Amino acid sequence: MITALAIMALGAVVLGAALGYASIRFKVEGDPLVEKIEAILPQTQCGQCGYPGCKPYASAISAGEAEINLCPPGGMDGVRKLADLLGREVKPLEAEEKPKQLAIIDEQTCIGCTLCIQACPVDAIVGAAKQMHTVIEPLCTGCELCVKPCPVECISMQPIAENLDNWKWKYPVFEIKRAA
Amino acid sequence: MLAQLFRFRGGVKPETNKTISVQEPIAQAPLPARLFVPLHQSIGGAPNPLVEVGEKVRKGQLIGGADGWVSAAVHAPTSGRVLAIEPHVAAHPSGLPTLCVVIEPDGRDEWIERRAVDHRSLAPERVRELLRDAGVVGLGGAAFPSHAKLTPARAVAMEHLVINGAECEPFMTCDDMLMRERAEEIVRGIAIFRDLLAAREVLIGIEDNKPEAIAAMQAAVLRLAEDYRVVGVPTRYPAGGAKQLIRVLTGKEVPASKRSTELGVQCFNVATVYTAYRALACGEPVLSRIVTLTGNVERPRNWEVRLGTPMREVVALGAARADSSGFLMGGPMMGFEIPDLDAPVVKATNCIIAASPGLFPPPPPEMPCIRCGACAEVCPHELQPFELYWFSRARNFGKTQEYYIFDCIECGCCSYVCPSHIPLVQYFRFAKSEIWAREREKQAADAAKERFELRNARAEREQAEKAERLARAASARTSEKKVAPERPPAVDGPPAAAASEAAATASDAEAIRKAAIAAAMERARAQRESAQPRNTDGLSTGQQREIAAVEARRAVLPATPAGGPGADSVPPAASQRDE
Repeated sequence: MITALAIMALGAVVLGAALGYASIRFKVEGDPLVEKIEAILPQTQCGQCGYPGCKPYASAISAGEAEINLCPPGGMDGVRKLADLLGREVKPLEAEEKPKQLAIIDEQTCIGCTLCIQACPVDAIVGAAKQMHTVIEPLCTGCELCVKPCPVECISMQPIAENLDNWKWKYPVFEIKRAA
Repeated sequence: MLAQLFRFRGGVKPETNKTISVQEPIAQAPLPARLFVPLHQSIGGAPNPLVEVGEKVRKGQLIGGADGWVSAAVHAPTSGRVLAIEPHVAAHPSGLPTLCVVIEPDGRDEWIERRAVDHRSLAPERVRELLRDAGVVGLGGAAFPSHAKLTPARAVAMEHLVINGAECEPFMTCDDMLMRERAEEIVRGIAIFRDLLAAREVLIGIEDNKPEAIAAMQAAVLRLAEDYRVVGVPTRYPAGGAKQLIRVLTGKEVPASKRSTELGVQCFNVATVYTAYRALACGEPVLSRIVTLTGNVERPRNWEVRLGTPMREVVALGAARADSSGFLMGGPMMGFEIPDLDAPVVKATNCIIAASPGLFPPPPPEMPCIRCGACAEVCPHELQPFELYWFSRARNFGKTQEYYIFDCIECGCCSYVCPSHIPLVQYFRFAKSEIWAREREKQAADAAKERFELRNARAEREQAEKAERLARAASARTSEKKVAPERPPAVDGPPAAAASEAAATASDAEAIRKAAIAAAMERARAQRESAQPRNTDGLSTGQQREIAAVEARRAVLPATPAGGPGADSVPPAASQRDE
């Protein structure tokens, strides 16, 4: 009887020690679900979802506080992927989907106030005080956050046109007329 | 010469249709009225223009410098004047514009100073640089910069150099004619590549439906006393694919994850070898290429065409028949329909085929896949096109990659044999470009995230530094206050004077700053007004005269009543704007 108790107690101590060690040794930093959600979000950091960046929005989705259809830059594609990941219903986007765009600074009008540089979440605008600013096009995510702060309204958003670098082969479409 | 040949799996035997365009020798295409030379004609970095509008250029002058290592230079194909550097429709299935240098030829065809070099007297790096600056790229159709393929792998000795004269595409005969007429230059050019790669053996693979080309190459090899082996390979499409030809000649199968250099093999097209020879031994960069003009034309033949010649002018040389329904660039298996004949001939333009309903009947309607497996039998890369088709069609791109869609060379064998007439290659091209686009987006998103995080870290650090600075200043102030009462005022006068002086300078500084802000705001307003269109722009001359008269009257008015010193100090332009 005592031996049995001792064995059980010893077993409990050994297993407890192993579990305790494992919980320290193999500790998972951060929430893996938040990271998975964040990987789907487009990282424009635009705040159109009502959260200050993609990571806070991902945390809110993971906590069940936010809907999955609040990200216009991610589009319906993004909503579908989030629904797949989280097992939720696909919902239509809250706002309308816009084509990808790019901020353009009218360099004639720019007064060099640096307000847009401070607003840009991804450091895609270069310039110095009282010097003309310009957008580094490949870095711009099209978040529109620089448009409002400009005191002389010299920033405009322009859709990115199709060019040889981003051109894609189209889905083969079969013409029904030809068959008839 | 007995040599054991190997076979690649799959392949098809379409009607070759090659005889019609080999009846006449290669001819020089006439100089067009305008040349549209695209700056980006190879895989890799897009060259930057090195000439200015209005500049005179000479034949062979560098007009676009290579951008980075995997890139090739572009040159003026004739002498003349640069009319513009502007986007012009590209030789691309999309018909989208690309940056072109528009040259108006002066008809004199004046060369730059050509300097011939002996590649054996130069370091290999220098030879590769020369080839890059001469714009030598793969002329088989892929336009990959050749110098980038000419570095041997460190670990593996280069065993075989394969020279590709197979030309397996139906209709196409440009390499055939080049080998028949310029075999000696090709054989001399091979020596450059052999020496750069230190290749042990050179194999020249030519499909056995080109006996004249094989004979010409064999004769040239004998004449120049080289030990290259000219091998006739069985005619079976796509024997001219690099991996297929390597397989047939050497028995080596290049795995998807490796480059052929890692197996000690490298492969070059005959036309590429020819241009490399011209570049080094004659100092002539790549300015033209042989283009097969065939199909539904009255006079099919091979033309040596200057790069940048509009395809319309090339087609006119062969007199396309009236019932031509469209034009293909490249062969019927891998080519694409040219969306606009204003597109210029580029380094990748090996063939232009006039299509007609008789030659290429419209495809019958696409029927459902019956899983017969015919496509898998002919696939030279041993893929399963029907599986790839399901997943591409369903946009299940992850699955297509599991079935190795990127091993597909888009040879078109599967579409050719499909009894349901499914345009399989179109589905694969769609899937590939979607995957690439997603990959690009993912990379952009990751980069944006990294920059966002760095920016936030910087903001936090700056805030912490500022708080620290303020804290330090505050503590300094309190310690000063503690010290100040202990010190007895020595003399009453000077400290008080100093204090009032300090106050005065402080208020001065304040005033100066306010004035500066006001001036800056004024400047900003002026700048904005001058940049934005005013309602006085774009008027008729009568209206403008009226405005001028009013302005003149107004300019006189304020001068007479005020007349004081204040009015003088205000410049008239400023006073007008104030009104």
